[in-house]
Amino acid sequence: MTVDFTRLGVHDLGRSFGRRRALARVSFACEAGEIVGLLGPNGAGKSTLLSILATLLKPTTGHVQYGERTADVAGAALRARLGMLGHDLYLYPELTARENLLFFARLYGLADAEARVAHGLEKAQLAERADDQVAGFSRGMRQRLALERALVHGPRLLLLDEPFTGLDQASAASLVARLRGLRDDGCLVIVATHDLDVVDGLLTRVLYLRQGKLVAEEPGEGGGGALWERYQRVISHS
Amino acid sequence: MRKYLHLALGVAAVVFATAPFAIHWAPYEVTMGLVQKIFYFHVPSAILTLVWALVCGVASAIFLFRKSKYADYVAVASAEMVVLLGSMMLVSGPLWGRKAWGVWWTWDPRLTSSLMLWITFLAYLLLRRFGGPGSDKLGAGMALFGMANVPFIYVSVNYWRTLHPQTTVIPNLVPPMAGPLWFAMLGFLVFSLVLVTLRAQLEEQRDRVEALYLAADES
Amino acid sequence: MTDFFRIAWLIVKKDLTVEIRSLELVLTTVFFAALCVLVFAFAFVEEGRALDHAAGGILWIAIAFSGTLALGRTFERERQAETLRALLLAPADRPALYVGKLLGVILLMLLVQVLIVPLVGLFFQAPIFRHPGLLGALLLTGTIGYAAVGTLFAAMLVRARSRDVMLPILLYPIAVPVIIAGVRGTAAIFQATPDEPMARFWITLLLFFDVVFVTLALWTFEPLMTE
Repeated sequence: MTVDFTRLGVHDLGRSFGRRRALARVSFACEAGEIVGLLGPNGAGKSTLLSILATLLKPTTGHVQYGERTADVAGAALRARLGMLGHDLYLYPELTARENLLFFARLYGLADAEARVAHGLEKAQLAERADDQVAGFSRGMRQRLALERALVHGPRLLLLDEPFTGLDQASAASLVARLRGLRDDGCLVIVATHDLDVVDGLLTRVLYLRQGKLVAEEPGEGGGGALWERYQRVISHS
Repeated sequence: MRKYLHLALGVAAVVFATAPFAIHWAPYEVTMGLVQKIFYFHVPSAILTLVWALVCGVASAIFLFRKSKYADYVAVASAEMVVLLGSMMLVSGPLWGRKAWGVWWTWDPRLTSSLMLWITFLAYLLLRRFGGPGSDKLGAGMALFGMANVPFIYVSVNYWRTLHPQTTVIPNLVPPMAGPLWFAMLGFLVFSLVLVTLRAQLEEQRDRVEALYLAADES
Repeated sequence: MTDFFRIAWLIVKKDLTVEIRSLELVLTTVFFAALCVLVFAFAFVEEGRALDHAAGGILWIAIAFSGTLALGRTFERERQAETLRALLLAPADRPALYVGKLLGVILLMLLVQVLIVPLVGLFFQAPIFRHPGLLGALLLTGTIGYAAVGTLFAAMLVRARSRDVMLPILLYPIAVPVIIAGVRGTAAIFQATPDEPMARFWITLLLFFDVVFVTLALWTFEPLMTE
């Protein structure tokens, strides 16, 4: 069974851990070809939301629709279409860059694993260091490799948790360019970030989260001023 | 529901009030004398330990595969009952053993497997208390494994050591002794049923309070 | 089905590669197991001679303790960069992930035994070469059973608080039959006049234990691993 979708619908999503509410009644929808930004202070529920979208966490209320389906129904076939880059990078430090990518490519059961891995290493600008252990990589190199790891199976929905942390300006700019390319290829990208200057102009839509609630939703551009000015306005007024 | 609980509590109270007399009037056993009277206390707690352990295992399986919250409440409540009744069994048993075999404790199959069952459920309660979020699920797995383990422990200890009176004692009991035994059993059963029901309800209420706190947070 | 074993083998191969590069688990676990044997030697050797039947008990306690250590470290490693989440995110069969991790743990534990069995033979004058087949079968079936329960518990405890202390608390009560069978079976082999039927009985019991608990673990792994 293959599952594909172009639309993501989030309905009334909530998640609590004991008495702590991490996410409350969040609803929104987005389409393939969008780059959605999740903005908000620490503890706003961004990571929880991403975990739920990645099917790693079950919501306590509400549900997520991937096209026509929900995670309960589609299961493994749906996970084959999701890519996630977490705050922790999901890489084995003892393995080389190539081994890391190959392991995950094979885990996803990809037929042309070697070719995809070579392509990924190229994109991460790590072709020369491909056979070095990840333990010796800088944060920026790991981050680029981790992105390719999340993309190795060509996911439809890409979830990024703070992908710009530890990147220098050049790497950040190339990541931005990479995300634009993915969007043009029909990928739906959702990115949670604090680096407002970097993503200004990249996002097609902005969701502001605060204390687990969706407090505002804006188009990516326009609406008066730079992104950080709008962020200040929304977060302090809600 | 409440009405039945009151009724059951009444029955248990009557049994516990009258059972001492029934036990007192029951004939003295020839070899054991007075110590044999422990039997009316020890056997019901031992049998019900096993029954509640089974209930906990089944409830845990239901919780794990059907995701029924109520099954989880029942599992916690019955696990606590296992530890409570198991403690009674483990305290009263050695009193008997001292007289019958001359030692407080012996590594006989039944004793050892009861001890291990009790320890498994202590571990379960520790997990529920200190495991943090998600420990309800982990506990269900533990209870399920503990359940599957009972026959293995029994067989292995059986081949390792063997003194406990065989279970055939109970069906062959003379009526004057069997009467008080079953009477005591009824008391234990009804009372533990009341406790488990109340405990499961408490757990449900606690969940509801949590939900209310969350709802209050939201508005 | 072939996909199932392909995934499991992929995990084993990955774990082996990581382990060969770092040797962390092998070296620390082996050293720890050897220390266990030594410490018990101080307790149970009197006037230069070991107490009767001490050898089997010490061997299995060392296996159980070092096994707990290996289990904890194996999953700590998957937790460090949250790679366990990446594994769960893959469209692979979840029970296949379990089998892969299980095989890795079994391999590690067997490797430890290769060292500590001769050590026990040396320190306690245990006749380890008397029935190598029976002893091997006993160690293998015991290890599989212990690791089957341990791998599931260690995996589900990855996210739990105080997981270091919780693993032995949960694992040892369930592993009691393995310990009894292992110790008694080994004693039956080591005693002055070996009792082969007894050793075979314990191996059969362990086989049943393995079948029941591997099945149960495969069955419960999926619901236990979803948060």
